[in-house]
Amino acid sequence: MRNCVALKTLLRASVLTATALLVMATAYAQSGVVRLSTTTSTENSGLLEELLPRFEQRSGLRVEVIAVGTGKALRMGRDGDVDVVLVHAPAAEEKFVANGYGVNRRQVMYNDFVIVGPRGDPAGIAGTKDAAQALARLAAQRAPFVSRGDDSGTHKMELALWRSADVQPAGQWYREAGQGMGRVLLMASELDAYTLCDRGTWLAMHEKLALRVLVQGDQRLYNPYGIIAVNPARHAGLQYTGAMALIDWIISREAQELIRGFRINNEPLFSPLAVRGP
Amino acid sequence: MESLSGASREAFYLLLSGDPELWTVVGISFSVSLRAILIAAPLAIVVAFVLAHARFPGRRPMLSAFNALQAVPAVVVGLTVYLLLSRSGPFGNLRLLFTQNAMILGQVLLCFPLLVALSHAALQALDRRAWETARTLGAPPWRAMLTTMHEVRFGLLAALIAGFGRIIAEVGSSLMVGGNILGATRNIPTAIALETSKGEYAQGIALGAVLLALALALNMALGMVQGRGEMA
Repeated sequence: MRNCVALKTLLRASVLTATALLVMATAYAQSGVVRLSTTTSTENSGLLEELLPRFEQRSGLRVEVIAVGTGKALRMGRDGDVDVVLVHAPAAEEKFVANGYGVNRRQVMYNDFVIVGPRGDPAGIAGTKDAAQALARLAAQRAPFVSRGDDSGTHKMELALWRSADVQPAGQWYREAGQGMGRVLLMASELDAYTLCDRGTWLAMHEKLALRVLVQGDQRLYNPYGIIAVNPARHAGLQYTGAMALIDWIISREAQELIRGFRINNEPLFSPLAVRGP
Repeated sequence: MESLSGASREAFYLLLSGDPELWTVVGISFSVSLRAILIAAPLAIVVAFVLAHARFPGRRPMLSAFNALQAVPAVVVGLTVYLLLSRSGPFGNLRLLFTQNAMILGQVLLCFPLLVALSHAALQALDRRAWETARTLGAPPWRAMLTTMHEVRFGLLAALIAGFGRIIAEVGSSLMVGGNILGATRNIPTAIALETSKGEYAQGIALGAVLLALALALNMALGMVQGRGEMA
């Protein structure tokens, strides 16, 4: 019987603690925390670690980053789970704003995509200037290709390239992995396959891969990033002023210079779009 | 929560309309996990039988090891299989990574300790004299073993169902060694993980419903089997 009482006390105490934690968490969410959903490319490259601490210092706000694919990042914004989104899929971003899910979209920066493949390049696409032509050649030879297949910005870019190559990719050679960039690169390396990759992830991972860059520099491989505040009229309790402060800062001269100066292995990764020229 | 109700409605539509992509994923899940359990079960039951009926040094540590291995997380099994099958690993030449066979291997390893431990518990519960009687009556060892197994068939069946339940729902190992390739290695759990990461909740809910229905069916089957076992 004693045991039973002790158990009840314990249960009550844990319920109380849980409630207190919940209340604290709610209060915390409404204080100075801005939630940012963004793509894995900005988080994994280390760019945000370079940028956000400065913003936090200046504004006294704290930024919580949730790194997912572009599709999910936008969905989180639409559902009101975050205050601001930073993604790279211009068409989807425009739709997001047109549907009223987001406001105040600003162009931030761009980087580019590269087509990578086995070092020996059995399909012979190395040095091709036209990305769509390179993909068409891969399709014609049924060269193994690993697709992100996860509705991410990179996946959308890849599909757009297949469209301009006038190819419907399907069959044994075309593998839809449905995973993040890092995993897809590892898969391509294991399978002697080709894939499309953003330069940031490539630079961060290429030492571990039996792959090399085969096609780059095509205008179509250009990859612009935009930042959008979630529409405060659609959800209660959003940190809208914080979101706008972050947007204002990220397109400021100071942040844009930081973006220009960001390097991985001494290679620049992003070019600022909001403030051009030195 | 318009998101939840809307997505659920869409999910049931997907299930009822026989969305081919969805049912392919369900089919892959079942075919991979069934093959895994069929490969793992015979050996696991023989091992459990030896552990229950033979007396040899190292028997107890082995039992403890199988019991402990039940708790190994699926991602750890996945990582192990990945490293073994990777091109830079010892079995890289087999080119098994990112195939259904790699998933089957991972699932065999996952359910094996569970099968051994549960089968052993079932066999242990049986009086040792069943085996001895069969042997004295002149049955060869393999025949005596079959007789013993027949006596505890309900316990063994329960072990199989529990083992199947573990691997049909695991995501860690399948995602890692299968690669989640559409139409080849994408099964229910990895598809749910992917659809959620895309913000496509309807597909995720529909697949979750299939798994839930399966879990219910398995547990009811298990309950019935055990009920019959008790009556017998």
